[in-house]
Amino acid sequence: MSSLSTRHKAELIAVGLIALFFIVIFPLLNAHGLVSDFTINLWGKYLCYALLAISVDLLWGYTGLLSLGQALFFSLGGYMMGMYLMRMIGDLGQYHKPIPDFLVFLGWTELPKFWKPFDSFPFAFSLILLLPGLLALVFGFLAFRSRIKGVYFSILTQALTYGASLMFFRNDMLMGGNNGFTDFKFILGHDLRQPATQRGLFIVTAVVLLLVYASLRLLSHTKFGLVQRAIRDGENRVLFSGYATAHFKLFIFVVAALIASIGGALYVPQVGIINPSEMTPDKSLEAVVWCAVGGRGTLVGPILGAIGVNSLKSWASRAAPDYWLVILGGLFVVVVLLLPGGIVSIPARLKAFAQRFRRPPEVAAVAAAPAPTPVVSESKPSV
Amino acid sequence: MRFLIRLLLLFSPGLMASVCSAAEAPRAVLTAAILAKDEARKIELITSLAGEADDAIKPLLTAWKEDGLFLYQPSADVAPVPVQLTGEKDANDTQAALRVDSGRPLLDAAGKPVRLAAGDLTAVEHDADLRHAMKDVLDLLDLSTPDVAKRIQAIQAIGFAQDVGKIPALEKRLGLEANADARRSLREAVAVTRLKDSSETAKLAALKELRELHSLSSYDLIRTAMRDAEAARQTEIAVAARSALKAIDAHKSKINFYGTLFRGLSLGSILLIVAIGLAITFGLMGVINMAHGEMIAIGAYTTYLVENIFGEGLVIPCFGFSLSIPGIHATGWFYQSYFFVALPLSFLTAALVGIGLERSIIRFLYRRPLESLLATWGVSLLLQQGLKLMFGSNNVQVNSPVYLSGNWTVDDITFGWNRIFVIGFAALIVFGVWLILTKTPLGLLIRAVMQNRNMASCMGVRTERVNMLTFGLGSGLAGLAGAFISQIGNVGPSLGQNYIVDCFMTVVVGGVGNLAGTLYSALGIGLVDQSLQQILLNPVLGKILVLVAIILFLQWRPSGLFVTRSRNLDD
Repeated sequence: MSSLSTRHKAELIAVGLIALFFIVIFPLLNAHGLVSDFTINLWGKYLCYALLAISVDLLWGYTGLLSLGQALFFSLGGYMMGMYLMRMIGDLGQYHKPIPDFLVFLGWTELPKFWKPFDSFPFAFSLILLLPGLLALVFGFLAFRSRIKGVYFSILTQALTYGASLMFFRNDMLMGGNNGFTDFKFILGHDLRQPATQRGLFIVTAVVLLLVYASLRLLSHTKFGLVQRAIRDGENRVLFSGYATAHFKLFIFVVAALIASIGGALYVPQVGIINPSEMTPDKSLEAVVWCAVGGRGTLVGPILGAIGVNSLKSWASRAAPDYWLVILGGLFVVVVLLLPGGIVSIPARLKAFAQRFRRPPEVAAVAAAPAPTPVVSESKPSV
Repeated sequence: MRFLIRLLLLFSPGLMASVCSAAEAPRAVLTAAILAKDEARKIELITSLAGEADDAIKPLLTAWKEDGLFLYQPSADVAPVPVQLTGEKDANDTQAALRVDSGRPLLDAAGKPVRLAAGDLTAVEHDADLRHAMKDVLDLLDLSTPDVAKRIQAIQAIGFAQDVGKIPALEKRLGLEANADARRSLREAVAVTRLKDSSETAKLAALKELRELHSLSSYDLIRTAMRDAEAARQTEIAVAARSALKAIDAHKSKINFYGTLFRGLSLGSILLIVAIGLAITFGLMGVINMAHGEMIAIGAYTTYLVENIFGEGLVIPCFGFSLSIPGIHATGWFYQSYFFVALPLSFLTAALVGIGLERSIIRFLYRRPLESLLATWGVSLLLQQGLKLMFGSNNVQVNSPVYLSGNWTVDDITFGWNRIFVIGFAALIVFGVWLILTKTPLGLLIRAVMQNRNMASCMGVRTERVNMLTFGLGSGLAGLAGAFISQIGNVGPSLGQNYIVDCFMTVVVGGVGNLAGTLYSALGIGLVDQSLQQILLNPVLGKILVLVAIILFLQWRPSGLFVTRSRNLDD
C-alpha cells in the first residue's frame, strides 16, 4: 500500500512540475522572446489535440467504446466558438458589412436569426457545452438503449459524423460551407493577432487540460471508474451484477463529447480556421491513432500520443508531404500489431525483457508464473 | 448507249423534259426549274422539292442562291445547260463543271470533261421570291436527312417555331416517314403548330392530339395557348388545353415514378455489388475491413489499366519513376471487349491484394475486431497513398465501351445501358456468390469455419486456408465492383472512401452474416435514397436523411433486417 502512495506522490510531483512548466514557465519564456510565437501557437494546437485524444481514450481505453464521432464533437465546439469569433469581426471583413463575409457572398443582407445570439460570449460558451452535449445525449441514449456495441457503435458514429460533415459542406446550412470560418480578429476584446492573446489562449488550454486530467484521474479511482473499466472488460457480467451499464456509458459518452468540444473551441481561435474537413470520420480515426500510439487506457498516453504524432506530422508535412499518410498508416498497423500498449508501455516491456535475461533460467521459469504483464494493470483492454 | 442518250439530252430540251416527268428525280426537277421561263413555274418546281430526301438538293439550292450555278451555252443554237463550277481554280481561272441534271462532269463532243471559267458564263438568276421559296425548301430539307436523331431535331425545331405555313410540308413528310419516333415528333410538331391556327376546330384537334401524345416539350406552348384562350374567352379551347396539360402532368409523374424506380434499382445494385464483398469479409468472417474501399479502387484502376493497354497505352508516375506501359492499339470490337478482360483481372488483382492483407495483418486480429478496424484503416491509408503515388493524384477517366454508353428510351423514360448492365450483373454476382457458398465444397468449408472455427478445425478443416480464401473472395468481389464503378464515374485514389460508409451501412442494415439481408437492404437503401432525392430535389439532404433513417432503423432492429439467431450473449 505504501508503495502505491509513494507512486501517487511521485506522479503528483511529476504532473505538478510538467503543469508548472507549461502553464507558467513556457509562456514566460515566450514573453521574454526565448520561445517563438510560432512554437507556442503550435504547442497550443497540440494541447487542444491532447484534449481530443483524452476524450477518445476515455471512451475507448477506459470504456471499450470506439467512437468515430469525436471529431464531430470537436468541430461542433469549434464551430460554436467560430460563430462567436465571426460576429466579433464586425464590419472589418472583406466586404465591410456588419454580417460575415460568406453571408454577403451568398446574397444575404441581414443576419439570419440563429446567428444573432452569438454576439454574446456567454451564449456561445453555453452552446459549446450544450450542443455537443445534447447531441451526444440523444445519440448515446438511442444507441445504448438498443444495446449497440463494439464495431456497430463505431460504424454508427462514423455514419453520424459522415452525415454531419455532408450537412456542413452545404452552403445553405449558412455555416460557411466548404470554406468554413476564418479571418478571425478579436476574442473578448483582445486582438487575436497579438502574441499576448495567443499566449493567454495557450495558458487557458494548458489549464483546461490539467483540470481535465486531474478530474479524470480522480474519476478513474472512484467506484464509477471501476465499473467503467468493468464494462470494458465484460459488459454482460456488469449488467448481470445489477448495474445499468447503458447509463454509465451514456454519462461517459456525454462527458467525452464535452471534453472534445471544449478542445475544439480552444483550437479554433489558435489555429484561426474551422471548416467541415475537420469533421470527417478520418479525423476521428486520426485521434484514435494518437491515443493508440501514446497508450490507451492511461491518461498520460493520449496526451503523449497527440503531441508526439502531431510533432511527427508537422515534421513530415514539411520534409516528405507525400509520405505523411504512409507514415500515419504504417504507424497504425505497427502499433496495433506490435505495440498494443503504446509508448507508455515501452518501459514496462523493456523491464520485462531485461528481467528475462538477468535471471538464471530456472529462476526465470518460476518467475514466469506471476507473469510480469507487459502492460500496466489498469491498461489492459480486452477488445 | 448512255453516252448517246446524254448527247441527245444535251441537244433536245423537249426530250429532257419528258425524261424528267418520268423520273421526277430532284436533280431533274431543279434543272427544269432553272430552265423554266415562267417565274410561277420556277417557284412551283422548287416548292415541289420540299420534303424530298436527296443529298443533292441542299448544295445545289445553296449554290444557286450564292451565284454558284451557271448556264453553259457554247453557241446560240443549242439549249443552255445548267452547270455547277466546283474544285480548285487553275491558272486560267477555270474550274471543273458538273451538270446540274446528273451531277456528272460536263463533257464536250469528244467526251472529255470541260473546264470553264465563271467569268465567261452567265450565272443562273434568282430574285427575292425565288430565294424565299428556296429557303422554305432548305428549311424543310432537314426533315428528310437520313440520320433519325438529326431528323427529329429538325422536326422539333420547325414545330416550336409554330409557323402555320410549314404544316403542309410537315404533313407531307408524315406521309413518307417510316420511323416511329420521327412520326411521333412530326405529329407533335404539326399539332403544336396548329395551336397557332386561326380556326378553333383546328386548335381543338391539335390539343386533343397533344393530349394523346402527352407531349412534354410542348407543355409551355400549351400553357400559352390556354392563357390566350382564356383571355379571348374561348372556353372550349381553354378546357381542352387544361385537360391536355393535366394529361401531360400525369405522364410526367409517371416518368418520374418509373425513372426513380429504375435509378433506385440501379443505385441499389451498385450498393449491392460494392457491399457483397463486405458482407462476406465483415458479415461472415467478422473482420472489419476498412480497406474494403481501396479494394474497390484497385479493381477500378485495373480496369483503367486494361482499357489503356487495349488502346494507346499510358505513362504512369509510378513512385517517381515514370513508367510507360505500351498499348496494343486495338480497335473496333476487339477494343470494345476490353471490359470482359478487365472483369476477371480486377477480381484477381483485388483478391491477391486481399489475400496478402489477410496473411500479413488480419490473421493476427481475428479475435480483436476493434483492432482489426484500426489496422485495416491504416492499410487503407497506405493503399490510398500507394495508388496516388502510382497513378497520380488526379482522377482518371475510363472510356466506356459502346455497349455500356448508350441509352434506351421507352415512353420518355431513359434507361442507361450501363445501369441496366449493373442491375443484371448484380443479379449475376449474387447468384454466383450464392452458388459458391451453398453448392461448392469451398462454400461448405467457408460456412463451417464461420459458424464454429474451433469445431471445424477439429474436424480437419484447414481453417487458416479457408480464412485466406474467404477473404480473397470478399476482396475480389470488391474489385469486381470497382470495375463497374469505373464505368459510372471517375476513378481516383480516394474512390473507395465514397463507398465505405455506404457499404458498412448496407451490411449492418441487412443483418450481419446474412447475404439475403444485404440484398434487400441494398435495394431498399437505393430506392429510398432515390425517392428522397426526387422529393427533396437535393441529393445531399437525401443522403443525410437516409443516414438518419438508418440510425433510427437500427433502434428498431438493432441487428438488422435478418437476424442470425444464436444463444451467445455477445453475438
